[in-house]
This record gives sequence, C-alpha cells and structure tokens, in this order.
Amino acid sequence: MKPAPFEYHRPATVAEAVAVMAELGDTAKVLAGGQSLVPMLSMRLAAPDHLVDINRLAELDYVRVADGAVKVGALARHRDVERRAASAAQPLLGQALRLVAHPTIRNRGTTVGSIVHADPAGELTAVLAVLGGSVRLVSAGGERVVPAADFFLGPLESATRPDELAVEVSFPVAADGASSAFVEVARRHGDYAVCGVAAVVRRGSGKKAEARLALISVAATPLVLDVTMVANSDDALRAYVTGQVEPSGDIHASADYRRHLAGVLAVRAVREAQAA
Amino acid sequence: MTEAVHDVRLRVNGVPREVNVPARRLLSDVLRHDLQLTGTHVGCEHGVCGACTVLLDGAPVRSCLLFAVAVDGHEVTTVEGLAEDGEMSAVQRAFENCHGLQCGFCTPGFLTTITAGLRENRNPTRAEAREMIAGNLCRCTGYQNIVKAVLEAAGS
Repeated sequence: MKPAPFEYHRPATVAEAVAVMAELGDTAKVLAGGQSLVPMLSMRLAAPDHLVDINRLAELDYVRVADGAVKVGALARHRDVERRAASAAQPLLGQALRLVAHPTIRNRGTTVGSIVHADPAGELTAVLAVLGGSVRLVSAGGERVVPAADFFLGPLESATRPDELAVEVSFPVAADGASSAFVEVARRHGDYAVCGVAAVVRRGSGKKAEARLALISVAATPLVLDVTMVANSDDALRAYVTGQVEPSGDIHASADYRRHLAGVLAVRAVREAQAA
Repeated sequence: MTEAVHDVRLRVNGVPREVNVPARRLLSDVLRHDLQLTGTHVGCEHGVCGACTVLLDGAPVRSCLLFAVAVDGHEVTTVEGLAEDGEMSAVQRAFENCHGLQCGFCTPGFLTTITAGLRENRNPTRAEAREMIAGNLCRCTGYQNIVKAVLEAAGS
C-alpha cells in the first residue's frame, strides 16, 4: 500500500508545467488534488515514472463567470466551487457536488481533475456532458478547447494527450427558464453511484421546451439523452430511458437492476428539475 | 538507484518541523514515522475510512491521500494538537462524556473532522451532525454516541 518511487516535479507556472510535460510525455502523470490518483498509486494500479504537481499553479485557482459559462480553473477544489458565488450561475454544479464523495475529500479534490479522471461514476462528467460544456487543454505547442461530446473516450480515458494540461473547464450558465436536478443511488451516501442522473429541463411551448439527461455508471462514458418528447409521461420516460441503456453488472448491482434504476431515477430527476 | 529526497517544511500543531523524505512519502507516514506523532491512525490507506484525517490549513483532509512534499510550507493539525494547555478540547470532552469511542482506532479522524465541522457550523441539527461524520468509519459504536458527542460539543 505504498506508491512506487517516482520523480517529482513542482512547476511554478503553467508554461513551466507544459514544458516539463512535453519532455516527459506518457511517463508522467499530473498531480492535482490526488484524491483518485494517490489511491491508484498506493495500490500500484498506476506507477508513473514522473509526477508533475500542479498545486503551486496559483493562476489556475479560480471560479468565475465569463462568456456565458462558469469557468473553473484546474486548481479550484470541489469545496471552492461549491462555495464561490460564481457557481450559482449554474445550479447543477452544486446539486452534483454535494454527491461527490465526502466534504473531506472535496476539500482537496479538484473539479477539473475529476473530469479529466473520466470515471464512469463521476458526477461531474455528467454535468459537463448534459450542459454541453468544454475543457481547455494547454500544451507546449498551443491550446485547444474540446467539447464535452468529444472529451470522454472510455472508462478513465479522456481526450487529454500526455503532453496536455487541462487548465479549465467551462460549464454553460443556466439558460432562461431552465432548471436542473441531480439524483443518484449509492450503497452509502458519498460512495460511487450505482446509477445517477443529471437532468436539465426548460419550460415553454413548442421548440423552447427541452429536457435532457446525462446518466452515470450505466456506460463507459456519461450517456446523454434528449427526452423532450417523453418528458411529460412517467411511463413513457421510464420506458424510453430503460430502452436506451446497456449497463453491465458487477458486485454492487446487476445489469437489470441498473437498467431499472436508470428509468426510475430519470423520472425522479426530471420531476425534481421541473419542480425546482 | 538511490531515491531522491526532498526537504519538506511543515508547521505541525503550531511547531515548525522539517523532514527529508522521498516524494512518495505520504503525509500520514511523515506524521507517524518521521515525526513520531502516532495519534494519526492509518486504516485503509486509500481514503475510505477517514481514520487518518488531519487538518490542512484548518480544513479536514485525508493524510493518506497527500504526499508530504505536495503540502510543503503548509500548516497541519493532528489529534495531538486539539488539546489546549493539557486540557481536552470541547469535542474531546464530549466524546468522553457521551461514550463516543470504544476501541479508539477511528477516534483521531472523528475528532479532527468534527473540530473543523463545528467551526463551520456551530449549531448542527442531528441530520447535519450525521452528515458531518459521514466520511468516517467506526466499527464499534454504531455511531449513535458519536452523533450525540457532536451535538454536545456544539452546545458546550
């Protein structure tokens, strides 16, 4: 239960960090909050030759609203995101964050790190996916912005290349008339979700009305579903969602139970969002 | 190959300390092995049990999920730092009064978590008290008396 030896790098600026990462390539991992990485190192599920510690990059410690989005820097801890006023511009953030592990973990874990980690059970991956947000990646060669739909590639796999540092995630602010909810079932509060659903609904008639979901723990990546056409009937919504998911079973839940949960939680999430 | 070591300066329970450790040394191990502060207990060593919880700049964190080198220059409070002038703190007294511990293995993590939790919320409801300790595991007490201790410490 001790990590294998690694060489430690502590850059002071983003420019320094990406220069080091360009040199080290896939022999390095980035250390931000470490709340997922350190257990993997301790259990030796990962044993990188180098760790690039970004905890001194004060320039990435921010949460602010700009260009119609809540922008979260790579050093903002979950608790900062929960507390800072800027997050109120997208209430789904707070609704999801209260389900992310426990406050003690949220004191150290970072929101951007959680997204880059791309855990299929990660609540924030669903938030980014359902809102259609994006991730800003910087490398020594320049920078690019990857939309959520292209960011999650598989379990624990994102579009971030080894020489790229995810410096910021953008969560679009809530649209006029939009409301949201995040519901999940976990074995214990704070545990990995057996199934979870983020819902965003928008009231209105005709083309304005909208209901979108993102589900976690039922697929390799967050599953986004447009349920606008079935959102007004519990039965239709449940049937549609259970027909769209192909979960796998594990020691915590069978595939059938997960599918059942997906339908039930989808209805709950949409109704809760409509009531919000 | 000899492993590189790093100079790490910490302020632990108000006292400046300096250790020379490999980058992979966990904060929990620095506290216990290098600084002989064995009050911080190590249970699961992967962030689940909460026994190793310490305060980093006042906020509870898992010391088994931090590399000491990554918190160089910061302030750490362990269970040894909760008493003042040899007198137990309000939270510690409440644990004694309410029988909030049996074997005591998990207790340091509860005490640090609750100390910080009550600073943030001086008057928790029973539900908030349960939420406050939800990230810490205890295999003896069944938690009832720990919740009582939180409420008593809040009222004192």
